Amino acid sequence: MRVLIVGAGIVGCAVARELSAHGVTVEVLDRSAPGSATTAHCEGNILVSDKGPGPELVLQQLSRRLWPDVLDAIGDDCGREVADSVEWEPKGGIVVATTADGAEGLTKFAAAQAEAGVTTHALSADEAHAAEPFLTRDFTAAYHYPDDAQVQPVAATFALLRGALHHGARIHPGVTVTGPVMESGVLRGVMTTAGAFAADAVINCAGPWAATVSASLGAPVNVKPRRGNLLVTTPQPATVFHKVYDADYVGAVGSGDADLQTSTVVESTRGGPLLIGSSRERTSMSVGISMISLEQMARKAIRLFPHLAGVQVMRAYGGFRPYVDDHLPVIGADPRLPGLWHATGHEGGGIGLAVGTAALLRAQLLGQPTPMGADDFRVDRPALLNGSGVAS
Amino acid sequence: MSGWLVPAADDPVGRSDTPIEISLDGEVLRGIAGQTLAGILISNGVSAWRTDSAGQPRGLFCAIGSCFECLATVNGETDVRLCRRRAQSGDAVTSQARSSS
Repeated sequence: MRVLIVGAGIVGCAVARELSAHGVTVEVLDRSAPGSATTAHCEGNILVSDKGPGPELVLQQLSRRLWPDVLDAIGDDCGREVADSVEWEPKGGIVVATTADGAEGLTKFAAAQAEAGVTTHALSADEAHAAEPFLTRDFTAAYHYPDDAQVQPVAATFALLRGALHHGARIHPGVTVTGPVMESGVLRGVMTTAGAFAADAVINCAGPWAATVSASLGAPVNVKPRRGNLLVTTPQPATVFHKVYDADYVGAVGSGDADLQTSTVVESTRGGPLLIGSSRERTSMSVGISMISLEQMARKAIRLFPHLAGVQVMRAYGGFRPYVDDHLPVIGADPRLPGLWHATGHEGGGIGLAVGTAALLRAQLLGQPTPMGADDFRVDRPALLNGSGVAS
Repeated sequence: MSGWLVPAADDPVGRSDTPIEISLDGEVLRGIAGQTLAGILISNGVSAWRTDSAGQPRGLFCAIGSCFECLATVNGETDVRLCRRRAQSGDAVTSQARSSS
């Protein structure tokens, strides 16, 4: 079987590695460079803590189980240093509520997650401060999620791509899809700026540009960009030890509100700088950064970690999440166009969900038993087919 | 990186040097008024004054204020880019290590 993957972000590269490791002939196309768009503008989160019971949580649990195995396989195939470059840090997350309402909401949310198999437990004030000595004393509830983890997302993407290349995959950077190659009503490849590529299946892994790619092939899906910004501090001594966030984050992730929302996420990176997020705003693909969102994020981060008030911000960056109105990814065959498949729409969870998505798609594509039900991610659901979603 | 300072007598701009002294972790270093703190450090043969999380040495890299590799504490103020700070006589520079807390 020959498969074309459109988009060499974390999802496209995870799918490429998974399929090529199962004997599929894989070619990956990217209009720019691998891991250079949404993948390069995020925090590298692998979070179970922000997902309530439902299909996305099940996919995350699958993906969280698979990540260490995938890194081991990459280490075996490509050398331990390639796997180590990913900066895999299973550091755990701590979610903190700072109001009475927040504590009630967080406690209910955590109880429902525990019921769904998530490892989480409440921290007393002493336990929270033993875990995070610089955390504000002014909080109403804190929960620990030991399974939250972090990677350097671009390094992770390149490691996945290295794994795919090891199994014979080929990468074509700087190639833009311009249209379909059709044969008797079946998609048999794509036309590109570098000529035609033939395949038995085309997988749309184009993230926030998935609508544009699918529209150019004649089967549009309504995936929209949702803007996010992050602040980066100067390299710091070790003062933040987990992924620490305000319980507001969970509400912002699940919200469909188009207006600007910010919620605090603070974490250290191996190089020393702290990342402070995050904002969510549905906009066009404009690259300007909103100063209002940066200011809100900084204020909220100081509320969580008062010592940050004297810390310098070094830069800010932002990117686009692939957003679907019902907050679920799109994984599977497109019933409107035989030969077209999608693996996109992961919003802010693409890093965490990538390897689970790849395992699920591989099982679907090769007709194997799937590791979980995939019906909730199907393409022909109302949230995806209403409106074109094509980004300006 | 090695330091290289044109002697005042050879400098076509007709510079006259006013000597100043700063300190790095308590050690006195001599420079001239107008140099940046990073300039004084490298002209004294000091090329690294910070360590990253892996213990690797860090010092001047871009020298134009972009990379934030040359951070140090100056007179108690943390995270100062030494490439951007003009030295004042008596400045006390303290190196910063990622591992300290």
